[in-house]
Amino acid sequence: MDRRGFLRGFGSIACSAAAHPFLSTVTLAQGAPALGENRLIVVILRGAMDGLDVVQPRFDPAYAGLRPGLAASPALALGAGDWQMHGALEGLLPLWQAGELGFVHATSTPYRDKRSHFDGQDMLEAGTGADVPLGAVRDGWLNRMMQALPGVRAETAYAVGRDELKILSGVAEVRNWAPDQELALSAQGRLLLEHVAHDDPLFRDAVAEALALTQGGMMGMAEGGEAGGVAQLVDFVAGHLAGETRIAAFSLTGWDTHKGQGNALRRPLSRLQEVILRMKAQLGPQVWGRTALLAMTEFGRTARENGSAGTDHGTGGLMVAAGGAVKGGQVLGPWPGLGEGALYEGRDLMPTSDARAWAAHAMAQLYGLDRAVLEQAVFPGLRAEGAGGLIL
Amino acid sequence: MPDLAEIAAFRFAYGLPAAPGQAEAGALLAGLRGPDLMAQAWPAHGTAEILPHLRDFKAAREARKAAGEDAKAAKAATKAERRAVKATKALGLTAAQAGFARAIDSETPLRERLVAFWADHFTVTPRNRTQNAWPSALVEEAIRPTLTAPFATMLQAVVLHPAMLIYLDQVNSLGPNSRRGEKRGKGLNENLAREILELHTLGVGAAYTQDDVREMAELLTGLTFVPERGYAFDAARVEPGDDQVLGVTYGGEGVAPILRALTDLAVRPETARHLAGKLAVHFVSDAPDPALVAVVEAEWLRTGGDLAAVVAALLSQPAAWAQEAQKARQPFDFMVAALRALGVTGAQVMALPEQDFLALVLDPLAGMGQPWQMAPGPDGWKEEAEAWITPQGMAARIDWALAVPEKLMATLPEARGLVARALGSRAEAGLVWAVGASESQREAVGLVLASPAFNRR
Repeated sequence: MDRRGFLRGFGSIACSAAAHPFLSTVTLAQGAPALGENRLIVVILRGAMDGLDVVQPRFDPAYAGLRPGLAASPALALGAGDWQMHGALEGLLPLWQAGELGFVHATSTPYRDKRSHFDGQDMLEAGTGADVPLGAVRDGWLNRMMQALPGVRAETAYAVGRDELKILSGVAEVRNWAPDQELALSAQGRLLLEHVAHDDPLFRDAVAEALALTQGGMMGMAEGGEAGGVAQLVDFVAGHLAGETRIAAFSLTGWDTHKGQGNALRRPLSRLQEVILRMKAQLGPQVWGRTALLAMTEFGRTARENGSAGTDHGTGGLMVAAGGAVKGGQVLGPWPGLGEGALYEGRDLMPTSDARAWAAHAMAQLYGLDRAVLEQAVFPGLRAEGAGGLIL
Repeated sequence: MPDLAEIAAFRFAYGLPAAPGQAEAGALLAGLRGPDLMAQAWPAHGTAEILPHLRDFKAAREARKAAGEDAKAAKAATKAERRAVKATKALGLTAAQAGFARAIDSETPLRERLVAFWADHFTVTPRNRTQNAWPSALVEEAIRPTLTAPFATMLQAVVLHPAMLIYLDQVNSLGPNSRRGEKRGKGLNENLAREILELHTLGVGAAYTQDDVREMAELLTGLTFVPERGYAFDAARVEPGDDQVLGVTYGGEGVAPILRALTDLAVRPETARHLAGKLAVHFVSDAPDPALVAVVEAEWLRTGGDLAAVVAALLSQPAAWAQEAQKARQPFDFMVAALRALGVTGAQVMALPEQDFLALVLDPLAGMGQPWQMAPGPDGWKEEAEAWITPQGMAARIDWALAVPEKLMATLPEARGLVARALGSRAEAGLVWAVGASESQREAVGLVLASPAFNRR
């Protein structure tokens, strides 16, 4: 089921970020000396992306039998051990060839068995292990990384969009924003509004930030149209990353392809492709060269096609990495195989690495975070092993 | 001395001015038992009104395929398709207007608040252009009529409703060994089964397993939807054999074993705990008094989930009548409360042309973070104040409060009068002062509606 990805309903604003169901949140953290010049963009793919369809193991003898319908559609040869990429990502082939696009296959968070989107996303964003009850850790791993870096200016971290992005919630302050608000108040009205909200901290802080964000006129509106949401999102993020911002996070939805996946997966993949291509173009070669974009999803999908030409919630998934700071042109992660005994619970791709270990690897390479900090503060309980060679 | 009528208006209704007589638990409960006057005053569609358009759509689809090279026939078919889509969307829009009008006009507003609670609990959203009318039909046919029934009755009505069967993919689930399943080589879809256990009844923390989900999915096979009749039970889709869910074996023909399983789930202790907590969180506090939850949970268990008794239990507790406003109004509640305080009537909302209703009501609602009938997933909207009172959420509320009242009203209300009318004893001195210090009536009205006192309940 495409829970959030379908442009639908009664809204009539097509170009507003707030009106785009697939665009939830952007979070930005402004630079600090400790961050240097490298940029990290984390994209949460909500709904569980079918990694087996995005990067297809055509070499695996069991593949075609498990997915007779999906395996029949044409895909793009990657020229690496007969991995093939989904046809909707054709625009990314040049990046693959240039070594700016890579993948980690059969990876997953420690989340297992209940296959709930909401719990799976909570665990992905909290960065916790199976030893911690869900919900027990309320902050997100990107926020904890900011806390671990000296000199991050928390007051200049903010999020753009509609809802909370848990990955960046926590002690380090984060702002939420969609670039279509104006707050048409007189100077006097602004002061009075602050006064009225003053005694209720929740309102005081929200109002103060809303006023600050509409004061400077920093919101560049992109062109409208259906694609306006992606363009607006990327232009906003890229504009800040080209300046002092070093870390950005946002989410893309629409990956929950329970039926008719042949068509249903094209839409979110096209959006992801547009995000990557436009990000590269807007950042320009110099900044793109110092950028790593990691797209992660809450879990993978069943190895078999289901009864409605789609796939159901599974376990092992796929991470997408793009950017000039990525060592692309490779599919990383030990391949578990798809044979009968190789599947997790006889139904899902077996995870062979912890997705958190790859995120930790990226942080270590980009920002020099040491292993103790990553294993204790950022991802408590993680053994940061088995992940490497993804970031230059 | 706390003003109970005011507390009831904020916590269990849509704010001031209070509906007459809705000041204490007994009156609120009596209001639930009477006839559904708002459904009569501002009617909305049900399944029967949707089906002809879906049949037209299906026929147009087939005509388009059959048209082949005949360009004229293909064009006519495409036009017919669009007409059918437009017709379902029109139903949905009228129902959306009715949703606002009912909340604004109701003299028994707790009913509307409970309808919203259960509609959120059983979230369905449109997933393609033919589905815009389904969420309101579910509310009309499965939720409004069962508000004071045993929970099992509501659960059965919801699970067997086409809106839910479509939204959670039950229409795509076939027993792998059923007659149809074997013929088509198709199989189970676990989505509805999973969400019944995870969201609708036990709760995600409960001790059920993947096996329970799978057995539940096998049990649900047979439930489906056809445009010709609506809900249908198709024995040829049923996975043969008994199914064991949470240690109970369900066997037998037809829909009966499914109804038995839903009845059992409705009265499970995990369900009582899950829903007692959810009711208290929604109505009273993001962190409710555990004693309040315990009373509601105990009443659920004692009465087998009798929803009238459960609501009565909630209202019986002093904690539910605490003076402090511990919740933030969600955007729909905020907008209804603002329209009521401004004196806008249900009839005025119903009379808005479509483009105005979208521009002044539904689009701003989306900007505040709550697009109409489009919760991000089957778990519905968030409850915590922090999820709504964000810079983005507040900016959208403030923008709406500054711009929309003067578009809806011939003249703006006098702002000092609005403070008293909208806030009663909750009008703080600082707000009264700020309203007086405003440069314009427009900004003064905006301040009242953006104030913490107005946005908390």
